[in-house]
Amino acid sequence: MRLQITGLLAAASLLSACGPCPEDCVNVSGQGGLPSEIAAVAAESPCVAGSQADFVENVGDRVFFDFDRSTVRPEGIDTLQRQAAWLKTYTNYAVTINGHCDKRGTVEYNLALGERRAQKAKDQLVAAGIDPARIKVVSYGKNRPIVEQNGDEWAYQQNRVAITVLD
Amino acid sequence: MKKLLFTFLTVLGLTLNVQADLRINVTEGTFKPVPIAITPFEGGGDPQLSQAAQEITQVITNDLQSCGLFKVVDPAAYIQSAKDVMNQPRFADWKILHAEALVGGLVHRQGSNLQIDFRLFDIFTETQLAGLSLGSEPANWRRVAHKIADEIYEKITGDKGYFDTRIVYIAESGSEMNRKYRLAIMDQDGANHQFLSSGNSMVLTPRLSPCRTKIAYLDFGKNNKQPNLQLFDLQTGQSSSLGAIQGLKMTPRFSNDGSHLILSIADKGVTSLYTMDLGSKQLQRLTTSAGAIDVSPCYSHDGTKIVYSSDRGGKPQLYVKDVNGGEGERISFGQGWYHNPVWSPRGDLIAFTRQHAGGFSIGVMRPDGSGERMLDSGYLLEGPTWSPNGREIMYTYQPHSKSKSLLASVDIVGFNKRNVNIPGEGSYPTW
Repeated sequence: MRLQITGLLAAASLLSACGPCPEDCVNVSGQGGLPSEIAAVAAESPCVAGSQADFVENVGDRVFFDFDRSTVRPEGIDTLQRQAAWLKTYTNYAVTINGHCDKRGTVEYNLALGERRAQKAKDQLVAAGIDPARIKVVSYGKNRPIVEQNGDEWAYQQNRVAITVLD
Repeated sequence: MKKLLFTFLTVLGLTLNVQADLRINVTEGTFKPVPIAITPFEGGGDPQLSQAAQEITQVITNDLQSCGLFKVVDPAAYIQSAKDVMNQPRFADWKILHAEALVGGLVHRQGSNLQIDFRLFDIFTETQLAGLSLGSEPANWRRVAHKIADEIYEKITGDKGYFDTRIVYIAESGSEMNRKYRLAIMDQDGANHQFLSSGNSMVLTPRLSPCRTKIAYLDFGKNNKQPNLQLFDLQTGQSSSLGAIQGLKMTPRFSNDGSHLILSIADKGVTSLYTMDLGSKQLQRLTTSAGAIDVSPCYSHDGTKIVYSSDRGGKPQLYVKDVNGGEGERISFGQGWYHNPVWSPRGDLIAFTRQHAGGFSIGVMRPDGSGERMLDSGYLLEGPTWSPNGREIMYTYQPHSKSKSLLASVDIVGFNKRNVNIPGEGSYPTW
């Protein structure tokens, strides 16, 4: 795992000559997917190692959940371990984990569910050695979606998410 | 906020003994609205008063028509003016029109104020059911009209009217990805709409206090990063924080005496119920279910019990517990998930949101969980609130995936479903 991270960071560093990405790429190109996808994105939009964009694109800022669940899935645990490793390298950052839900639920229950998701992600970071004082948790429930939900399952999935944002 | 100036409120007429004949009792879905004749109120030739009289008649007509319990007889057929009705109704002629109730009213000047006299008659028993003289500042004529409609409603249905009431809700605008949420207030018929927050921060789940002078709500704060409970004072127009406490404080509701809130706090992955004293801001924890979400608490009408939604059994279901302790007892056993329970002000029913088979319903059940029935269903319905008399339920209403988020209301018997008049989109009304 550790080797893989180093490899990705190294690749990002090599491509970092054009400077950091614009701020808004944090929201546009956040990834929690397969390493090959991350590498592809990294090749298109190079980022400075240790920057926000580096974190989003090369580490993965988000973990996804099943419908009405707050259990972190295996690939989510991988992502959170990469996040922990990165945060151990770049100790100047505190983070906020934002919990989100898809829109198929009530405002009230989803605020609680979003908090539980964000907390589960936090628990993984803390278990991996990150000081809990560095990690804040905020839930937006279903009220601040990440992508528009027009009925397809992919869009719902994108909104069942805990996103780690560098403060 | 504006205050209605009651310079006087006197009872007109002598025949105040109320006959039972006209009383209606709505307990079933099939029910015939009471035909009522509302003669256009008169201003005695004064153009300003005549204008006021016309508008007051319109508001009374709208109120009574909209509640579904009355059918206003076509004014084209009326055989007497309001002035004549106020003097002496010709009951025999009104009977021919199949009207059962008859209203007349006059608007006068009383110094700089308006004076509105009105009478309500039972046509079959040929008796006066109500007669009032109401005084008001000219600007508050709408409230006078609502008070008259309330009086008519109460005399005929036996329930308190709810026309002279206001609704607070979340006004929404913008696309799904760029949604703006603002606290807003309006009269129950949509008039006098006002925004109470700028929309710079996301606001959710507002609740009116029992006296309708305060609103507790969740405000996400600067840059939407600091969610906190706020208390909006409708008398001063100011909002104040309810204190910074660890965890996400949400779904507040007032106790029946307004002295404290019952709420849920999500912290470390567990959401539990608490009370908060509004004077000292002291919190007291009510539930501790490891890993569970206990959310959306609401007091019973008499303050002795709490109903809330909990997923401690796996999926969100409704539970009732005693305020003085003890375990919550599950009351919902139907298919699907149950959210947003709200105890009726009468105490006889609990309204809720049910999520099932890809859709949402607003329903009611008795406090022991029996007698469950759905009142409306669709793509996304949630957040029920009761009319102050426990007769109607208002809720967030998005019938299809492509439709807007609106407010709708329905009678507890399930009839008279209608959209509430709001300027844009909305959610989570509190009445």
